[in-house]
Amino acid sequence: MTAARTTAYLDHAATTPMLPQAARVLTEELARTGNPSSLHASGRAARRVVEEARERLAASLGARPSEVLWTSGGTEADNLAIKGLFWARRTQDASRRRILVSAVEHHAVLDPAFWMAEHAGAELVLLPVDHEGVVDLDALRAELEANAEHAALLSVMWANNEVGTLQPLAEVVALARRYGVPVHADAVQAVGQVPVDFAASGLDALTVTGHKVGGPGGAGALLARRGLELTPVLHGGGQERGVRSGTLDAALLASFAVAVEEAVTTRASAAPRLAALRDELVAGVRAIDPTAVLRGPADPARRLPANAHLTFPGCEGDSLLYLLDSAGVEASTGSACQAGVPRPSHVLLAMGVDEDDARGALRFSLGRTSTSDDVAALLTALPAVLERARAAGLSGSSRATSSSAAPRAAGTHDEQVA
Amino acid sequence: MMRVLAALSGGVDSAVAAARAVDAGHEVVGVHMALSRTRDQLRTGSRGCCSIEDAGDARRAADVLGIPYYVWDLSQRFEETVVADFLAEYAAGRTPNPCVRCNEHVKFATLLDKALALGFDAVCTGHYARVVERADGTRELHRARDAAKDQSYVLAVMGPDRLARSLFPLGDVSSKDETRREAAERGLSVSAKPDSYDICFVADGDTQGFLRDRLGAQPGEVVDSRGEVVGTHDGAYAYTVGQRRGLALGRPAADGRPRYVLRVEPVANRVVVGPADELVVDRVLADRAVWYDDRYDAWRDDAARAGGGLGPVSVQVRAHGAPVAATVEPPARHGEVDRVAVRLHEPLRGVAPGQSLVVYAGTRVLGQATVTSTERVGGTAQATAQAPAQAVVRTTA
Repeated sequence: MTAARTTAYLDHAATTPMLPQAARVLTEELARTGNPSSLHASGRAARRVVEEARERLAASLGARPSEVLWTSGGTEADNLAIKGLFWARRTQDASRRRILVSAVEHHAVLDPAFWMAEHAGAELVLLPVDHEGVVDLDALRAELEANAEHAALLSVMWANNEVGTLQPLAEVVALARRYGVPVHADAVQAVGQVPVDFAASGLDALTVTGHKVGGPGGAGALLARRGLELTPVLHGGGQERGVRSGTLDAALLASFAVAVEEAVTTRASAAPRLAALRDELVAGVRAIDPTAVLRGPADPARRLPANAHLTFPGCEGDSLLYLLDSAGVEASTGSACQAGVPRPSHVLLAMGVDEDDARGALRFSLGRTSTSDDVAALLTALPAVLERARAAGLSGSSRATSSSAAPRAAGTHDEQVA
Repeated sequence: MMRVLAALSGGVDSAVAAARAVDAGHEVVGVHMALSRTRDQLRTGSRGCCSIEDAGDARRAADVLGIPYYVWDLSQRFEETVVADFLAEYAAGRTPNPCVRCNEHVKFATLLDKALALGFDAVCTGHYARVVERADGTRELHRARDAAKDQSYVLAVMGPDRLARSLFPLGDVSSKDETRREAAERGLSVSAKPDSYDICFVADGDTQGFLRDRLGAQPGEVVDSRGEVVGTHDGAYAYTVGQRRGLALGRPAADGRPRYVLRVEPVANRVVVGPADELVVDRVLADRAVWYDDRYDAWRDDAARAGGGLGPVSVQVRAHGAPVAATVEPPARHGEVDRVAVRLHEPLRGVAPGQSLVVYAGTRVLGQATVTSTERVGGTAQATAQAPAQAVVRTTA
């Protein structure tokens, strides 16, 4: 068959095109020989690239260079934060077993937390969220009042990857600090879209990754406050203060740091443009389908500027995804795939959306290369896509109605004869 | 050229079937059905259609063929139909065939309906069966060229309307080896993947354990046909008519001959056992009949008036059973639509209620129904009503 020509890429939250500067730095540095841990001249040259990248990344995010721990990406940084903090805190005080995470965290936070509960003696506390996906501060306060001395850590994301909700991190941090509980935030989706300043945030640890901001895949970092104790997850050569072993890839890290710097420095002009484009997209979709529901905060100031998440009643996300893909429009159902199996999103379910409505979810996410043409391509394709998807219905659902051709066709046929 | 949805299980058959659909000039899109509800089963699933490995293999096959690939979550439908039916049938003392129910409720129902609604013209699968198009454009379902791989038995349930929207590109393959060879030539990495035989949702292949987990232990008595207690069981649902192994009877039979399950009585929670000759039946009753030929209706009405039967036909009562000659009896009442009874020309042993009864004329499927009960009538079953039968049983070359 002829492959559908991509006319509109609306899935920048999954990954976004590399910035030209980042691609240039990557290709330039790739040819360099030298292990940053080697002591000879080539090693020193590579080390210099790594440390300059560290300074660049730190400066872009309001951190000190020594607070940057390079990782292979967001997932590893989240795992290091959850596991490393839990083990370090528990070593200090064996009664600190409770891991507090919001119910709408990315799987890279949720799954290590669940794993620690199953395998490492942790007690998992899932903090509820309201219908906009905002973490319930009263529930957090109640949990801390009752059990703060048993809390190992708290992890609440900066911005939700599915519905774009910005979390009230200042309040979260203030509460936790009152009880001496360290706070980690996954800021993978936030960097480059909203101001992110590690020092000003009061956070103890923060996750950032390259490929969401126009950098390369396979590069990320955990910012860890000075003096924060982290038990290593990867053991080996002792790189990164002994917390994260593994040979550093100078080219990858240099490119990553340049991308973060560029995303942060251009944010002030890019974000309003993307927000306007997003509003155009949402208004256009609602004009076509007034029953579509925008999920996440109604107030644009409390959601990511480049995120639009909608549910379409009576449609199944995978039908919508297929039909849009055939029409050259690339989006996402928004939920993390489990082995490529689309399940109703845990984020939407935590927000109180019922399972059938959750199945009709689509996330449109914009990026630096997005234009009005992309939005127009979506709006052109959408009416026919919705019509078809509604006809296909919620096939896997309990609400599904039996189709016109009943399974026992011959039975009905015979009845006409009889 | 049609728009074809190729169901990709992750196995070699569906991959080669999709490749042949692409070669035939169709616009093909690959879809893997996610049928398992739990992550655990996804990870540890046996050979079948539920494991992560299978989903990955399906994706890779689509990559090699250069077709789009999606995963559709049909797990809820699968649980509510196939798995629920599986449990309910065993609980009722019958022996279900979940592959038949999956074809009836999921593959050629939910999946096909969704495909049609989304603009596809047909669904393509790796089943071994042939579709023969008649001059008037209607279609006949036939056994596959390779009798050893033939799957017309589990497909017959779909009925003629759904057959019209189905492609089985492997119907003419001479053997599974040919499929594997073709897969290797096409660069499909699943070419050497082992065949699946187990029930896909019973991850470890332990059907009895699965039933015990889902239905709970229900200890009861094993009796012989005179009602004498000869042993105990942990749940009558775990036994199948004709089963010999796993009976664990305390006392040997008086005559020392092996004993088999004759009946499962779910209400009394009893399993009745006896010698092999008591398993012999020559009349099979079935319901939920599906017929493939409009002319069947005319025959049935004629036959009801004339009192004749339809035959000789051949019938098959289990997935890998040999076909036997039989006569379809005329309906008990005029206009009876759902039930069917067949007289076997040679008796069979161990026909289990719940299995499919598929009626063939030569290689062609005439219809199918679900076995409800069996009898031993004795004597010779007569083939009658040749004239109207001929009109229906027009064997296609």
